[in-house]
Amino acid sequence: MELFFSQILDGLSIGSVLLLAATGLAIVFGLMGVINLAHGEFMMLGAYVTYVVQSAFKPMGGVIFELYFPVSLVLAFIVTGLIGVLLERTLIRKLYGRPLETLLATWGVSLILIQLIRSVSTAMMLGIIVGVVVGFLLSKLLGAKFSEKPFFTYLNGLGWAVAIGIGLVAVNLFDQARPLSKAWFGPRNIDVTAPKWLQGSWGMIGTIELPGLRIFIILLSALLLLATFWFLNKSVWGLRIRAVTQNRQMSNCLGIPTDRVDSITFGIGSGLAGVAGCAITLLGSVGPNLGAAYIVSCFMVIVLGGVGNLLGTVLASLLLGIIQSVIGSGTLLTIFPDMPLAAKGVIEFFATTSMSLVLVFIFIIVFLQFRPNGMFPQKGRSVDA
Amino acid sequence: MKIFQRLVPWILLAIALFILPAALDDFRLNLFGRYFALSITALAIDLIWGFTGLLSLGQGIFFALGGYAVAMNLMLNTKSLAGGNGIPKFFENYGVDQLPFFWQPFWSPVFTLIAIWVIPAAVAGLVGWLIFRNRIKGVYFSIITQAALMVFFHFFNGQQKLFDGTNGLKTSTTELFGQLVGSPDMQVWFYRLTVLLLPLAFLVCRYFTSGRFGDALIAIRDDESRLRFAGFNPVPFKTIVFLVAGALCGISGALYTIQSGIVSPQYMSISFSIEMVIWVAVGGRGTLVGPIIGATVVNYLRSLVSEALPEAWLFVQGALFIFVVVLMPDGIYGWITKGGFRTFLAAFGIAKKAKTYPQLDKEAIPVD
Repeated sequence: MELFFSQILDGLSIGSVLLLAATGLAIVFGLMGVINLAHGEFMMLGAYVTYVVQSAFKPMGGVIFELYFPVSLVLAFIVTGLIGVLLERTLIRKLYGRPLETLLATWGVSLILIQLIRSVSTAMMLGIIVGVVVGFLLSKLLGAKFSEKPFFTYLNGLGWAVAIGIGLVAVNLFDQARPLSKAWFGPRNIDVTAPKWLQGSWGMIGTIELPGLRIFIILLSALLLLATFWFLNKSVWGLRIRAVTQNRQMSNCLGIPTDRVDSITFGIGSGLAGVAGCAITLLGSVGPNLGAAYIVSCFMVIVLGGVGNLLGTVLASLLLGIIQSVIGSGTLLTIFPDMPLAAKGVIEFFATTSMSLVLVFIFIIVFLQFRPNGMFPQKGRSVDA
Repeated sequence: MKIFQRLVPWILLAIALFILPAALDDFRLNLFGRYFALSITALAIDLIWGFTGLLSLGQGIFFALGGYAVAMNLMLNTKSLAGGNGIPKFFENYGVDQLPFFWQPFWSPVFTLIAIWVIPAAVAGLVGWLIFRNRIKGVYFSIITQAALMVFFHFFNGQQKLFDGTNGLKTSTTELFGQLVGSPDMQVWFYRLTVLLLPLAFLVCRYFTSGRFGDALIAIRDDESRLRFAGFNPVPFKTIVFLVAGALCGISGALYTIQSGIVSPQYMSISFSIEMVIWVAVGGRGTLVGPIIGATVVNYLRSLVSEALPEAWLFVQGALFIFVVVLMPDGIYGWITKGGFRTFLAAFGIAKKAKTYPQLDKEAIPVD
């Protein structure tokens, strides 16, 4: 029974990481109807922010080093949130009303982010900065002179192509200098050591040990969820977000700045993903491909929980986390050793992490046959609601 | 002009059948064979995405199923690969001494030839029907197909006793008609087979996209609710078209497998399936010529970039996704047929602006 509880606890902590990530995804999906395929990569960025903060705190040692984790939580939220806002302003806004295309464009962003983390070096960063600056300057210069001409669009494109070329040359030049060409992270996995106060146990309930890490993750996501709930339901911007989610055109007519609402929501969603990534570093080593492992589970949470309902997201992610952990580890067999042979065979078949995903998917497809819009469907009169 | 247009496909076919094999070395010819095999998948995706508006991110499932079907048959019928029990050697590594039951029918080449497209079609039909009957559409459909893909990937990856797991099934060392499948002679034949099957797939897609059935598909893409109010039930249309696309992907996967020499769970990776979509987007969706152009161009670009700078490919691919979606939503073929080139020249004052009514221009539906 103890084993069972510790598995449940494991499942709850995985589920709460999923919850953090899926909440961000679900809010954005509810508001704008777009799925951000780069969401997993925002988690990855959050994890790398934690790594950077840890490396920065390491030389200080002692008590200060122990405090790096709270700092990295805040920084991960801010950094990924800002990148999210940038992405929304530059790309997603251009694709408004075309959700499928947004899906593809964000996938492109995720590919670029993965490769960027793998191969980013000081030289590359400088080259990118040079390219972007040159691009903006060229675009400004050309715009001042030719903006009225019919061929301006093509000229502008040519300008940016030149800027990219200059950026590439700059990367190559900077690469000649040894210290600049060293990759910051490289393609390999990185490890973050949890601070001491999170390692070990946080006391006992009866005979069951409470592992600090898992409890911390569960508490963290509960807290953030409450904060999100409060923000959405009690704050002014939350009210606006809910209004736009319900009826974008009407909100626009009533003077709600929908474009700013979009930016803020996207930023918060991305920031939550960053915090989730921060929490993942506590569960094991992380690498550039971290996102892919979680994003599909997040999708399943959204499909199962329904859109625009935090309660559905909570239930779905905790359920999926527990199913994956309890069935995937094969604990059921050790707890109920004398179950019928047929059931035993089935459970053994699904008793790996990857096979438990298979089971979860079958479960979801069956579930959708009865409740096509998730656990808590949004009520509405529109045909497509 | 009309006669010229009639002749173009035949000329292209003749070039692909006779001139390319003579002009290219074995390695390049094999690459082009693979591109044409992938073009069939692109056609299938165009059928469901470009015409019906269903963005499936899981076509890799059907692609890999076709590949596995042909690989299983080849492995079973190769004496040199058989272990002690007369079954493929890799089974011994996992202590399996009896052929799993579902391998049995793949002894028969006839069954395999049918299975290559019937099994993917059946899976696609079932999954499609279960999803469509609940009116799940749009982004929901996309992420469910992606989840399905992930599930199949894990299933084939994790079941070493059934499919040799991550290693996949190697076909290049198997034999067919007493010859090594990986040998250059055989590869030329596979190339010719692919070149002949691609126009067939094209005709199948044209059959489904023209006439009343095609009209219904386009109506589903443009406004499904309105179609439903008009008394149509979109579910059978969507299921059938998804099933056909699955069958085409299966055939494409089988052709690709015998030419690349291996089928592995990597064919069901998430990235590969999304890549398939971008071939269609680059070429031009909603047209039937576009996907073939797109699949060939993007994959050729891929091999060029990967040969020169392997790390750069992800950057290029990512940029390609963003570029095509934001700046070139009609793709290469759509850009040309919609007068993009003429507008380009007109902007520099070289050509005269096309005289069209702006509204008509906006609403023009790409017609093949």
